[in-house]
Amino acid sequence: MIVNLIDYLKERLQTVKALGAIAAAVMLIWTVVGVDTHHAHTWMEAHIPGFWAIFTLLSCVVLVSFVRWLGKSGIMTREDYYDD
Amino acid sequence: MTTSFIHPALILIFGALLLPCIKEPFRKFYLCGVPLLTFVDVLYLNWHPGVHGVILFMGDWTLTFGRVDKLSMIFGFIMALMAIIGTIYGLHVRDNWQHIAAWFYVAGSLGVIYSGDYLVLFLFWEIMAFASTFLIWFNKDQGALAAGYRYLLVHTFGGVLLLLGFVLRYQATGDLSFIQLDEQNTQFFTWLIMAGLMLNAAVPPLHSWLPDAYSKATVTGAVFMCAFTTKTAVYTLARAFAGFDILIVLGVIMAIYGIVYAMMENDIRKLLGWEIVSQVGYMVAGVGIGTALAINGTCAHAFAHILYKGLLFMAAGAIIHSTGKCKFTDLGGLYRKMPTTLFFMVIGGISVSAFPFFSGFVSKSMIISASFESHLLVVGFLLTLVSIGTFLVAGLRLPYLIFFGENRCSEETFAQAADPPWNMHMAMAAAAFLCLLVGSYLPFLYTMLPYPEVAYHPYGSYHLSETLQILAFTALAFIFLKDKLGARPTISLDLDWFYRLGGRGILWLAQNPIQWLDTAWGMAYRVVGLYSLMVTAKFWSWFDWHGIDGVVDGSARSVQDLGHRITVVLQKGQIQQTLYFSVTFAAVLLISYVCL
Repeated sequence: MIVNLIDYLKERLQTVKALGAIAAAVMLIWTVVGVDTHHAHTWMEAHIPGFWAIFTLLSCVVLVSFVRWLGKSGIMTREDYYDD
Repeated sequence: MTTSFIHPALILIFGALLLPCIKEPFRKFYLCGVPLLTFVDVLYLNWHPGVHGVILFMGDWTLTFGRVDKLSMIFGFIMALMAIIGTIYGLHVRDNWQHIAAWFYVAGSLGVIYSGDYLVLFLFWEIMAFASTFLIWFNKDQGALAAGYRYLLVHTFGGVLLLLGFVLRYQATGDLSFIQLDEQNTQFFTWLIMAGLMLNAAVPPLHSWLPDAYSKATVTGAVFMCAFTTKTAVYTLARAFAGFDILIVLGVIMAIYGIVYAMMENDIRKLLGWEIVSQVGYMVAGVGIGTALAINGTCAHAFAHILYKGLLFMAAGAIIHSTGKCKFTDLGGLYRKMPTTLFFMVIGGISVSAFPFFSGFVSKSMIISASFESHLLVVGFLLTLVSIGTFLVAGLRLPYLIFFGENRCSEETFAQAADPPWNMHMAMAAAAFLCLLVGSYLPFLYTMLPYPEVAYHPYGSYHLSETLQILAFTALAFIFLKDKLGARPTISLDLDWFYRLGGRGILWLAQNPIQWLDTAWGMAYRVVGLYSLMVTAKFWSWFDWHGIDGVVDGSARSVQDLGHRITVVLQKGQIQQTLYFSVTFAAVLLISYVCL
């Protein structure tokens, strides 16, 4: 059942992507228009529309870049490093 | 009430000791029954809070085995529950020793949780460390033996720190009770105790043992290990170090450190190990914040974490069980072969990533909220960043690299891959159901928290909108960044480098400079020492022969010479003369005797 569902979705990858994008957009509009920001922790969250979306994208880029840099700086090494 | 107190750890210990006597077809029932009985005992204790099992030891010391209060109740509950799930997961394992080690390990954990003083705590603390080492050693894979030794040595070191700490505290205060320590009046022993406890919580720089050991344990052993050691340590930190500011800093460092390493990792269980470091970072930070909400958050997150991390380790174990492979570079595209394992791994992944209606959503956010409420904005934002990283790693990278994307399996691996036996399914289903229950039915978890009067409402529209934005845009970012987080055949250097290569350094020192010194010393001894010794010996030999022996032999010779001369004079062969001398001699003797 699970396999069939995944195959079904894979065959319609473009539709899935489009639906995902639409859902994200609707959600974003809802957060900007419909959500009461009185419970926000900081000023930025209350006044920047889609603050957490921006924060997330920046975080991902920062994390991935940092990890790539760290890995290339010698932290990531060959698997038999300790076996000599 | 005290008379009816049966320590839950005792049930597991006796259960473990009797296990070899139980034969099929009763063995499986027995395996399920013992942890179930332990769980019932824990429930019974939770209905009877108070201090039980107090024993006077050697006149001076009071040992407290059963301190049942709000903090120990929730931890005891989840530990006993996880013991049932873990045992069901390992039901197919025929080797009794593995079950015995696991039960002793859980008994150690429960013993620590209910202990009221440092002596009892230490006893069970060491049982935990010792029993869990065997869960690594029972794995016959390459490297497991060495990893087990490293694990044991590191934990022995932590145990010694703890022992030193509480003995110094006893000397200074005469108190062995395991209670909250004073942050305003810290002593050397405070830091020693903290370091000892932090080592088990895998707080940097004392963390490297965790991914190292958990990735080398047996499939079922890792399921137990991921639940007990770190969360028991979180409990002890919450008990003794709530509100210590340094733990906030260390907790945040830990959360970031763990997620960064998890993003680089190629071994599935090592990745999950790094994830534990990261998630326990939230709890350590929560303990450091120390407010009622933060302690509630710590307990809730430990509770949720044991379930979803157990589920993730079970799913990872199922993959290793069927394929024998544990690296992303040897896996991929397995969704057709192991669909239910995929399903459970995704449930674990979205629980850890704090999807609404799953356990992480109602627990992790409590700690983040507590940090914002305590005006620790940087902490709040950094923990949210780690939360994003968590979804990126455990919710997306992990299932993607195992089940989707490029198929990197060998033909043999792909042919072997299949969903695991029924008991593994059952255990995963139970854990998955509990993840959903914790996230969807709030009173189940929230009524057990140490401060139930502190209200927290995770399902507010603002928190929902925040979470949905984070999840949706992390998924979007993953689509673009997934190639940068792909499978690479590497390992990541960490602080264990120091003791792994440090040990090798000592070996090098022994083989090179120390060996050279030894050889040089031997040579110097032969040339200088031995020669002078021989000369001295020769001298003494000469002296002995000619000096000492000369004197001794000389006197002997003169006695012999004198005797000879006397004989010549006295014994001339004439009988009369001989008689004359003899009688004269006898007469002289007689007269002398009479006169004297």
